[in-house]
Amino acid sequence: MTPLLQVKNIKKFYGSRIGCTDVTFDLYPGEVMGIVGESGSGKSTLLNSLAGHLAPDCGEVVFDTRADGPVDTVTMSEAERRMLSRTDWAFVHQHARDGLRMSVSAGGNIGERLMAVGDRHYGSIRERAADWLGRVEISENRIDDRPSAFSGGMQQRLQIARNLVTGPRLVFMDEPTGGLDVSVQARLLDLLRGLVREMGLSAIIVTHDLAVVRLLADRLMVMKDGRVVETGLTDQVLDDPQHSYTQLLVSSVLQV
Amino acid sequence: MSDYNFAYLDEQTKRMIRRSILKGLAVPGYQVPFASREMPMPYGWGTGGVQVSAATLTPDDTLKVIDQGADDTTNAVSIRKFFEKTAGVDTTEETAEASVIQTRHRIPEAELTEDQILVYQVPIPEPLRFLEPRETETRKMHALEEYGLMHVKLYEDISQHGAIATAYAYPVKVEGRYVMDPSPIPKFDNPKMEMAAIQLFGAGREQRIYALPPYTQVVSLDFEDYPFEASKADHPCDLCGAEDSYLDEVILDDAGSRMFVCSDTDYCRSRCEAGHSGRLGEEAA
Repeated sequence: MTPLLQVKNIKKFYGSRIGCTDVTFDLYPGEVMGIVGESGSGKSTLLNSLAGHLAPDCGEVVFDTRADGPVDTVTMSEAERRMLSRTDWAFVHQHARDGLRMSVSAGGNIGERLMAVGDRHYGSIRERAADWLGRVEISENRIDDRPSAFSGGMQQRLQIARNLVTGPRLVFMDEPTGGLDVSVQARLLDLLRGLVREMGLSAIIVTHDLAVVRLLADRLMVMKDGRVVETGLTDQVLDDPQHSYTQLLVSSVLQV
Repeated sequence: MSDYNFAYLDEQTKRMIRRSILKGLAVPGYQVPFASREMPMPYGWGTGGVQVSAATLTPDDTLKVIDQGADDTTNAVSIRKFFEKTAGVDTTEETAEASVIQTRHRIPEAELTEDQILVYQVPIPEPLRFLEPRETETRKMHALEEYGLMHVKLYEDISQHGAIATAYAYPVKVEGRYVMDPSPIPKFDNPKMEMAAIQLFGAGREQRIYALPPYTQVVSLDFEDYPFEASKADHPCDLCGAEDSYLDEVILDDAGSRMFVCSDTDYCRSRCEAGHSGRLGEEAA
């Protein structure tokens, strides 16, 4: 089987400081990869480099496109990369405000990607927006409300709906549950797990919350100081950590 | 004449503006940056249009200036006087007589010909501005032809008002490529933009010039199930009886009486002179 995404030797420096370096991994279709590490360990830099928001200094990010098979997204034209990020890719930001248009109604937010890829039928756009609101457990009668009238949890669910409406194959998530209270987090995780399994999505999830990766991720990558220090199956890494930093990370979680 | 150089601007500046105009004509709908000058009038009064007119005028030209279709409102009168004084060109109120027409927010009712130039005053040239405030981003969107956002605006219109409520500055796609703001003309005028005359757009404050060569394809954006409609007040003109012209609504007193008149004063006057008459036509005459 061809990997959906092959990351080869990605490096990103901020001047002389390391953002992330020597990151190599493969992601197969339907697989969820978790990236954990403390603040400043380079996990967001890595995610942004993979998603094309930052230009990595060297390395390849080869994506298995529908039309042309594996293509290096770092060297492809900006137009192609932006097209990819509107269709086959999705990016869920930590703060829903970064990923939503706050002055546009919920329906318009969900419809934007559809219109961006050429859908020009109002009725069908609206129908799909309503359908997706239902799938992320937002009542359909909120379709014309602006996201500013939504709670934090609802905004995050709306952002997910807006991203998944075009049926992407790869979702990048940057701390999707950050800043939400635990009960809302639990519902969001439940929803995400359902969607990932149901749609057969591949995902890369950056988080510092080990509970999130325990629930969602198949494989885990632990980062420290811009480098990957440990990789493996999630349960294996969390239950039998080998690297001293991973041991510290696992033992730092409060047991209630 | 006067101590001004012909048409106020110096020759270097006019050449700079002409280069931008030519580039704009070569790439229809593309916003060409230009070094807009301070003009002796406030921004928002047509500084962009005036600079484009100044660069376009020759001593043989006949100039017409309209403001919302009218020849006799403040903006039109002051710009016409400005060019009478600084360029000494002939001016006219008759659309057919003019070789250069500067307009604020209307296209004349009479069909324009190949030997005429229509100059628009543009307040905000960027059609994507209200949804995407970053200039770097909108430029990239134009470059990569990413125009989905424009339909988000129309979607919002329909979801809030049940129809596309945008009545002026209605976005158009030029020759299947650039999405363009036609300046705040009523959408009634949009279909007229596929015309024989050259159309030039000048935005002074925003320092942009764009253009449409004659017979350029101009398509108003819409949805398949909510097609574009060139709407106007459902009424004939009360002075000349015209049923095909764009109308202004005029409140007559505080008891609710009102009248509809052609916004194009030259069109209305010429129809009245030709003997046409509307509901209030004889009283007014």
